[in-house]
Amino acid sequence: MAQQKTQVADVDRSLYDFVKSEKGYERYADGLTPDIVRAISAKKDEPQWMLDMRLEALEVFHDKQMAPNWGPSIAGLDMDHISTYVSPKTKQAKDWNDVPKDIKDTFERLGIPQAERESLAGVGAQYDSEIVYHNMREEVAKYGVVYTTIEDALHDPKWEPVVHEYFGKLIPMRDHKFAALHYAVWSGGSFVYVPAGVTVEYPLQSYFRLNAQGAGQFEHTLIIVEPGANLHFIEGCSAPKYYEANLHAGAVELYVKDGARLRYSTIENWSKNMYNLNTKRAKVGKDAQMEWVSGSFGSHVSYLYPTTILQGDRSSCEFTGITFAGATQDLDTGCKVILNGADTTASVETKSISKDGGINTFRSSVVVGPKAQNARCTVSCQSLMLDNISRSDTIPAMDVRNPTASVGHEATIGRISDDTILYLMSRGCSEAEARTMVVNGFANPVSKELPLEYAVEMNNLIKLEMEGAIG
Amino acid sequence: MSDQLLCVEGLSAGTEDKPILHNINLTVGAGETHVLMGPNGAGKSTLGHVIMGDPVYKVTSGTITFDGADLTHEGPDKRSLAGIFLSYQAPVEVPGVPLYSFLRTITQKRPELRMTARQFRKRVGQIADQLDMDQSFLTRELNVGFSGGEKKKIEMLQLLLLQPKLAILDETDSGLDVDALTVVSRGIEAYRQACDGALLMITHNTRILEKLTVDRTHVMVKGNLVADGPASLIDDIDAHGFEQFERKAEAEGLTRGDA
Repeated sequence: MAQQKTQVADVDRSLYDFVKSEKGYERYADGLTPDIVRAISAKKDEPQWMLDMRLEALEVFHDKQMAPNWGPSIAGLDMDHISTYVSPKTKQAKDWNDVPKDIKDTFERLGIPQAERESLAGVGAQYDSEIVYHNMREEVAKYGVVYTTIEDALHDPKWEPVVHEYFGKLIPMRDHKFAALHYAVWSGGSFVYVPAGVTVEYPLQSYFRLNAQGAGQFEHTLIIVEPGANLHFIEGCSAPKYYEANLHAGAVELYVKDGARLRYSTIENWSKNMYNLNTKRAKVGKDAQMEWVSGSFGSHVSYLYPTTILQGDRSSCEFTGITFAGATQDLDTGCKVILNGADTTASVETKSISKDGGINTFRSSVVVGPKAQNARCTVSCQSLMLDNISRSDTIPAMDVRNPTASVGHEATIGRISDDTILYLMSRGCSEAEARTMVVNGFANPVSKELPLEYAVEMNNLIKLEMEGAIG
Repeated sequence: MSDQLLCVEGLSAGTEDKPILHNINLTVGAGETHVLMGPNGAGKSTLGHVIMGDPVYKVTSGTITFDGADLTHEGPDKRSLAGIFLSYQAPVEVPGVPLYSFLRTITQKRPELRMTARQFRKRVGQIADQLDMDQSFLTRELNVGFSGGEKKKIEMLQLLLLQPKLAILDETDSGLDVDALTVVSRGIEAYRQACDGALLMITHNTRILEKLTVDRTHVMVKGNLVADGPASLIDDIDAHGFEQFERKAEAEGLTRGDA
C-alpha cells in the first residue's frame, strides 16, 4: 500500500442526479431578447419600475465584456443556448400535499420536508425558475416576520415599496455582466423581513433545485433584518448532472441594521456542469453582526465572493467557508470585507480541499476605509491537497487606508502527512478511513458551525468524495 | 515456526536508498517483557516501525510472524487488528478529530471489544482516572495542543483500551517529568495486569524499567542486534554504557549501515 497513490472515487451523486421530466412545463426560448424579458415580467404581472429595470439591465448585459481577464474560463457557457426561464406547471403551494408529485418526490429525496418538520421556522422551495412551496410557522408570522417570494411581495401594497427601496441597491446591475443578466431575467427567490427586536428562534430555509437541462436559475434573495433583530437563514442548492451547461446567477442582498444579527448559511452542491456565478452582499449597521457559513461542493466553475460592508461603527463579520474541488472543477471562491466604520472587526477562516485535478483558488479582498479607526481583520486560509495533480492558489488583496487598523493574513497549503496516516492505521483504521477522518477533521471548524442536519450532510458529502478504490 | 507471539527472522530493512536493519532475529513470547536498548541512531525505533508496518521502510529480506500469521507484507491496520500496538515517540496531532470519537472508532474496529455506548463511556472514564487524566481531554482534538507528557498519556489510554497482545513502546519515557513518568509506569503495569500483554520497550534510559520485571534485554548497535541477555544486562549497561557493545560490533565488522 505504501508507494501507491490513493485513488479517491468520483463523487457518488446518485442522491442528487435524478432527473424529472419537464414535459408540459413552460419554457422560454433560449438566448436573450427584450421580448423574453417582457414575457417574464408580464407573466409575473410586475410593476412598471421592475420591467424598466429589467430592460435597462438587459442593455447593460449586452454592453459589458463577456469574460473577465482573471479567474476560471467560462468559455463553455453559451448564453444563446441557456434558457432563462423554465416554469414547472404548478401554482405555489403552502402544503406539501399540494405540490405536484414529481416535484414533491424530488424534495422528499433531498430531505427538505423532514427538515422543515424537525428544525425549521419556515421553508421555501424553488424548482427551476419558480418557487413551488412556501410556508412558515404561524408563531413566527405572529411576530410580524415576513418570509415570502419577491413576486408575492411585489403584489402586496404594503411590501411593494419596501422591495422598490431595497431591491438592486446593494448589488447594482452595473456591478458585472452577470449581475446585469440577473436583473434582466431574475425569477424566484426569497423576501425576508424581520421587524425590530424580533429574534427568529429557528432558521428559515430556502432550497433551490435546478431540474431543467440547459437552463439558468436567477433567484433573488432580499433580507432585511431591522435593528436589534436576529435571524438565521439557510440556503441549499442542487441540480442533476447534464451534458449541457447550466448557469446559476443569483443575487443575495442582505441588510443588517443597527444592533441586528444575521447568520447566512449555504450548502451548495450544484452538479458539475454548473457555472455558478453568484453574487452575495451584506451591509451591516452599527453594533450589528454578520456571519457567513459557506460550503461549496458542486459546480464546474464558481466565482463566489460574498461581500460584507461593515458600515456602522463596532459592526463585525465572521466568514467561515469550505470549498471542495474534485475532477473537472475550477472553483474560484473567497470573500470580500470592506471595513468603513470605526472599531469594526472581521475574521475570515476558510478551508479548501482539492483532489483528482480539481482547482481551488482562494481570493480575498480586505479594504479598510480612512474612517475605520482601530479596525481589525484577520484572514486565515488553509488548503489541503489530496494528490499531485490538483491545484490550490491563494490570492489575498489588502487595501488599508487607516494607519490605526490592524490586518493580518495567514495561509497554509498542505497535504495529508504520511505520519498521520501511519498513526491512524496503526490504531486499526484502513487507509481510506484514515484519509476520510483527516479530511473531515480538516472541515470540522466549518461543519460545527452548521445546523446538525447540514453538518451531517456535509460529512456525508466528504465521505462520498473520499470513498472508493484504494490502490 | 515457533510458538512465540512475535517472531522476527533474518529481517533486513531500510529506506529506499539506505539499509538500516541487518539480519535481525528476535522473538517475544506471550506476556513477556523485553527491552531493546542501544545508543542514539542504532535503529531501535526503525525496528519498532518495521514491526508495525510503517511503509517508509522496505523489508529487503526476512519475515515477521505474529501469533502464527506471516504479517511481513500486511499494512499497519491489519497488524493493529492482529494485536500489535506501537506507541510513538512523538504522536501526531490530528486537528478536528475529537479524541473521544476517535477512541470509539478504533474500539469498534475490534469485535472482541464490542460494548455499548454506555459501557464504552464508563470504560474510557475508568482508564482516564487510572491515568490521572482530566476528563475534559476527551472532548479535545486528538493530540492537538497537548504537552509531550499529555500525549504519552493519550497513548497509554489507547493501550489500555485496546489491550493488544504486544505493545511496542518507543521511548515512551523520553521527555517526561517525574510525575508523568510515574503515571506512564502505572499505565504499563495496568496493561500487564489487565491482559497479560507482551511488551517490547525501546529506551536508552533505564529508569522506567525499575518497576518492571524484564524477561529479556536486547542491545542494538548500528542496525545489528549485538547482545541478548537477562534483565541483569540492564544494570551492566547502566554502569558501563554502550561502549563495550560498540567495540564488539566494530571488532565483528558490523559497520554496515550508519543509521
